[in-house]
Amino acid sequence: MHIKILSFGVAKEICGGSVLQLEVPDNATAGEVKQLLTEQYPRLGGLASFLLAVNEEFAEPDTLLTPNDELAIIPPVSGG
Amino acid sequence: MKHNEMAIHIKISDTPLDIMACIGQVTGPACGGVDVFIGTVRDATKGKPVLRLEFEAYENMALREMRKIAEQIFERWPVQAVAIHHRTGILQIGDVAVVIAVGAAHRGAAFEACRFAIDTLKQTVPIWKKEVFEDGEVWVAAHP
Repeated sequence: MHIKILSFGVAKEICGGSVLQLEVPDNATAGEVKQLLTEQYPRLGGLASFLLAVNEEFAEPDTLLTPNDELAIIPPVSGG
Repeated sequence: MKHNEMAIHIKISDTPLDIMACIGQVTGPACGGVDVFIGTVRDATKGKPVLRLEFEAYENMALREMRKIAEQIFERWPVQAVAIHHRTGILQIGDVAVVIAVGAAHRGAAFEACRFAIDTLKQTVPIWKKEVFEDGEVWVAAHP
């Protein structure tokens, strides 16, 4: 299935844009997508942390994805 | 006891924050104390001059995470109202990046809840800050 992933902060620079398109197996999990992203953009693996959000909530690795989900790459946050 | 939804005030703005408006949202007759944290843009980091900061937010999720912080405060402390306002965009030295105000019957809860709010915001809310120096720019905390 085809999914859309939002990207922010340093991740936006690493991935070259604020919206990524990715082809993943049906019933992929958040953990699998994170692995795919790390393979495609190895510099994500060098961050202090890198989490995925699904539908505006931090996702567990076993979270199942559907094509309409809104995914987002969350690099280390630094608000305040 | 379910808290009053009206007592939570969350905002992300790309225009200057109004500190007095934030304080006003948590001030009321049942409050004996209001504690306020104001985060401002410092002119240096580790001794290196900073020209300005740029804040970016995953806005919808950031609003949700900020609201969760306020809800946790109501579960843990006897407070009357919580306001959390955060700036985005380009900020100059001295500009206000974040305002947190907590109103409570007694000061202890207001102090503790306010500190909890800023400490937790820095850990969980998807907002990112880029420091701009004379010779380049860095996303804060991105790398180990």
